Amino acid sequence: MSGWRSLPAGAAVLRPGSTADNITGTWRVVRPVIDQERCIRCGICWMYCPDSAILELKREYTTRGGKRYEVTYEVDYDHCKGCGICANECPVKAIEVVLEAK
Amino acid sequence: MLAGLQRGARERAVWRRAGLTTNYAVAFAVKAVDVDVVAVYPITPQTTIVEKIAEFIHGGELRAELIHVESEHSALSAAVGAAATGARTFTATSSQGLELMHEVLHIASGLRLPIVMAVPTRALSAPISIHNDYSDIMNARDAGWAILIASTAQEAYDTVIQAYRIAEHPDVQLPVMVAYDGYLMSHTLEPVELYREEHVREFVPRRGRRNVLDVRSPITLGAFATPDNYYEFKYQQEAALRNVEGVLREVEADFAARFGASYGPLEAYRLEDADYALVTYGGAATGNARVAVDMARERGIRVGLLRIRLYRPFPSAPIITALAGVKAFAVIDRAIAYGSPAPGPLYKDVAAALYMEGLTVPGISVVHGIGQRAMYVEDFYGVIKMLAEGASTDKVLFLGLRE
Amino acid sequence: MTYRTIRDLPREELFAPGHSMCAGCGAAIAMRWLTKVAGRNTIIVNATGCVEVTTTQFPHTAWRVPYLHVAFENAAAAASGVEAALRVLASKGLRAPSGEKVVVVAGDGGTYDIGLQSLSGMLERGHKVLYVLYDNEAYMNTGIQRSGSTPKYAWTTTTPVGPHIKGKVQWKKDIMGIVLAHRVVYAATASIAYVVDLANKARKALDYSEEGPTFLHVLAPCVPGWRYPENKTVEVARLAVETGYFPLYEWERGAFRLNPPSNTHMDKSRRRPLKEFLRLQGRFTHLTDQEIAEIEAELDTYWNHLAKLVQAYGQ
Ligand SMILES: Cc1ncc(C[n+]2csc(CCOP(=O)(O)OP(=O)(O)O)c2C)c(N)n1
Ligand code: SF4
Ligand code: SF4
Ligand code: SF4
Ligand SMILES: [Mg+2]
Repeated sequence: MSGWRSLPAGAAVLRPGSTADNITGTWRVVRPVIDQERCIRCGICWMYCPDSAILELKREYTTRGGKRYEVTYEVDYDHCKGCGICANECPVKAIEVVLEAK
Repeated sequence: MLAGLQRGARERAVWRRAGLTTNYAVAFAVKAVDVDVVAVYPITPQTTIVEKIAEFIHGGELRAELIHVESEHSALSAAVGAAATGARTFTATSSQGLELMHEVLHIASGLRLPIVMAVPTRALSAPISIHNDYSDIMNARDAGWAILIASTAQEAYDTVIQAYRIAEHPDVQLPVMVAYDGYLMSHTLEPVELYREEHVREFVPRRGRRNVLDVRSPITLGAFATPDNYYEFKYQQEAALRNVEGVLREVEADFAARFGASYGPLEAYRLEDADYALVTYGGAATGNARVAVDMARERGIRVGLLRIRLYRPFPSAPIITALAGVKAFAVIDRAIAYGSPAPGPLYKDVAAALYMEGLTVPGISVVHGIGQRAMYVEDFYGVIKMLAEGASTDKVLFLGLRE
Repeated sequence: MTYRTIRDLPREELFAPGHSMCAGCGAAIAMRWLTKVAGRNTIIVNATGCVEVTTTQFPHTAWRVPYLHVAFENAAAAASGVEAALRVLASKGLRAPSGEKVVVVAGDGGTYDIGLQSLSGMLERGHKVLYVLYDNEAYMNTGIQRSGSTPKYAWTTTTPVGPHIKGKVQWKKDIMGIVLAHRVVYAATASIAYVVDLANKARKALDYSEEGPTFLHVLAPCVPGWRYPENKTVEVARLAVETGYFPLYEWERGAFRLNPPSNTHMDKSRRRPLKEFLRLQGRFTHLTDQEIAEIEAELDTYWNHLAKLVQAYGQ
């Protein structure tokens, strides 16, 4: 840790968004798992996640049934705290909540 | 005495001579340094400062935002917001107002914001009193602000100008209070020489090399610190405050060259050969003490006077030098440090400074002028006689108190 | 600009993950959407409280926009200073103007109670600031103590449920009424369950802040404070609206408007039973039917009040 001379004056935090360094994924007791086959790409989980831990990726996906999507929603497990809001809100129950393997 | 060179500088710098109260002189200083944001809430005896500034702004003489805050707590909070955004910021208050600000005093210094505040001092409630003493300032002395105490309107004007240079100095970056006697100075006319504003602005240039709120480089100010770092930040503040004495000398050297005046961290009067010393601060106490010293000198008592101008950081070294040679001293305080080992706040500082140097000069803690109780030259002369006779076993004196 | 669906909503995240708000925190959802809508050209001034302590632990910050925290009761005053400074520095040519928005973020304690004076001062003086109240109905940061926003009968640590007194004694304060009395140009209630509505209101409030102060009252459920399972935050917030407990409405240039779904709730039969909202939350488990009826009656009174506002100022 830095000595007093090298810390920024007034405790200013100079790196915006730096909490992203914190791996809050370790808080998780349960893990949300998205079923890409079921997911209808509505974005509701992404919208409600308090930890910005549902990533909206520009990645194509074609279901076994042949439906093509341009985006894929994925969980950022580094930051997901496992609250389960996404699963609770998913209109098609495409998110399963499983116990974290300890 | 002004050297010839300095006198020349002063003649060029002076714009006009006027009879002004110290409050008005302060307002003129605020205008001269081109302050950007002023946030002040009315309280006697401060109010005429903000009234004068409002006149300047409404008259188009000062381009500043005057925030008509709804309390002193908000006044200093708004000043913090403005200073954090990079504005040159001014506030002022007295007494209850300074107490109401207290929480934010520590935040302003903790965030290292170069706010300047004028404090025409006033007694504290209860009972409510609008009259003068220094209880308000003394309650604020450990809040991490630099504190300068002026003794004339001219000095207050000069000190507010210097205060911006000190506050904004990269080695300091701290808020500065400029205090003086409420009423006895704030509302009393004195001759003041005002400087040409171009000269003042050259003396206080805008450097703007600190971290401010700016969307172009987003920072977070006012963070939460855990035990891992909190101490280091607080020590940074202490170190920065300690830099003020040196910075003051540097700033005053430049001020002297441009305006032909300087004051130093303290003012010694007839101390060179003195056996005894009075130590005090502010306008009225200093004025009375000076006359009492002259009286005593006429009667053969070798006594001098030490006026403390820089109160925080405490200029221990020059005070020790000034007092090391005397047989005894008395500190005349204008506030009561209730229940302390000595009732005088400044006395405690002086005693601690001497003790830390291994000196045991006998001293008396004198309290006077509480709630503007009249202070007479005779009272001060009496203290000098007491010192000279060495007769007193009293270490504590409450002068002017009815039994 | 109006957001119609999720598709229209801004994508850039300006409120970073890795903060230490509880799993499932409603206020975190509010902060994400506030910053997304406000964008990079924004300065946040935050009052002490949950959002502040969980997002700014040195040397980290969740904020990707400039951020200032001063104290608990003075965010509106500090923001007044920021706004005044931006204005005067630009006019003096001392800082390149960028049309920044100044946004206060404060909890219910920092707004209804200790910060009410500085809020009133800021509104009265007309600073061009958006004030966002995230209302979790108690002092959560200090461990769930009652505030002027806590609803009647709710359990908090300072309004425990005992045999003598059960929960909070007083009603929730009408903060919107207080704000509207300042004749602000725009004020609205919003919910983290209705993000598109919230985003549109934040957008409008930001736009109107060019004229003067604006206000957003966002209900943001709190997992430990309201005592519900952490996956239920949005559900609870939605029920608050659907039961009529927290009506969505806006005040825009002197016009009053109830927003969907609250615009149908004047008809009480269109509201879901209040019980559905209450029974999800541990802070209300002790309520008797009689107490619930009392809360319902008070709610009806409130809706009558809203009906009068619609009559007088509705479009
Ligand atoms: C002057 C002062 N009094 C009390 C506190 C302690 N305190 C800090 S946050 C807080 C409660 C905050 O409540 P609220 O504004 O509702 O925000 P929340 O934590 O619920 O998000 C209290 C009481 C303080 N920091 N400052
Ligand atoms: S469980 Fe919670 S934190 Fe994790 S992705 Fe879902 S909503 Fe986000
Ligand atoms: S809420 Fe469900 S359906 Fe919608 S994007 Fe998320 S996982 Fe897919
Ligand atoms: S206590 Fe409540 S408001 Fe605070 S972080 Fe946790 S959920 Fe959010
Ligand atoms: Mg709260």
